[in-house]
Amino acid sequence: MKIEARNEGGVTVISPKGKITIGAGDVALREAVHEALEAGARKILLDLAGVTTIDSSGIGEMVHAYTTVTNRGGKLKLVNMPSKVADILQITQLITVFDTYDTMAEALASYE
Amino acid sequence: MNVYFPNSASLVNCRFMPTPSGIPESAPPAEGVLPPVEETQVKISIGSRYDHIDLIQIVVDDALARLGLDDDARHWVGIAIREAVANAIKHGNKQDPAKDVDVELAVAGDEAVIRVHDRGEGFEPQEVADPLTAENRLRPNGRGIFYMKSFMDDIQYLPRPEGGTMVVMRKRLKPAPPGA
Repeated sequence: MKIEARNEGGVTVISPKGKITIGAGDVALREAVHEALEAGARKILLDLAGVTTIDSSGIGEMVHAYTTVTNRGGKLKLVNMPSKVADILQITQLITVFDTYDTMAEALASYE
Repeated sequence: MNVYFPNSASLVNCRFMPTPSGIPESAPPAEGVLPPVEETQVKISIGSRYDHIDLIQIVVDDALARLGLDDDARHWVGIAIREAVANAIKHGNKQDPAKDVDVELAVAGDEAVIRVHDRGEGFEPQEVADPLTAENRLRPNGRGIFYMKSFMDDIQYLPRPEGGTMVVMRKRLKPAPPGA
């Protein structure tokens, strides 16, 4: 799994690509969110377009990221969810927890 | 690592086992009728390392594709297998790389049967909290068995006399007949 972070008008966009699964992708996601928070970011957007597989550890890491960012007074949101990730969030009843957006423009505008 | 293909030709030309003699294929299960004979497709043993999970998923996915399971169904079965193996490595074998996890894929009638066997001390699945309740929904862990139950048709945990726990998961390879 590869993960990139960039700044888009004050929003830190984190883009994991590949599998967010136990022992690899989950750790990388945790570290990317931690680094963003340490750098002072509070508007964090996970761009999930490149995610192919997410297991229960990956979902757990997304939940952990959400609660950590919220507890620091920030907002973690999701954009470009592949259908299989959306299915998982439905099944686990987490879809109502996250703010989700279909397009990057909508997601970025939501932070203004 | 040990990857065992009992008969690689059977992966290409796999056929479901015939039903017992004299019983029509559409007959409902009756008392005294033997369950379908199992045909092993793949057996893999790995040390308890997370990076071996990808290998298991690739090998089992290939076998399930040859058995005719479509892409979508294979994605979800693959996730369930990943969860079962991850649980075996993490909770069963406590990530001890010297302890094996055995994975077997077999076909029984029109079902795929997947067994994952660890060398741990066992646990009670009933003790795992429901991840859908309000107090558990934002917990970062505890969803693995829920994933398996969601994506497979049947799942059982069996303590093994030789030690460890075996999870047995079943998935229909064809849609259930109407009214089933």
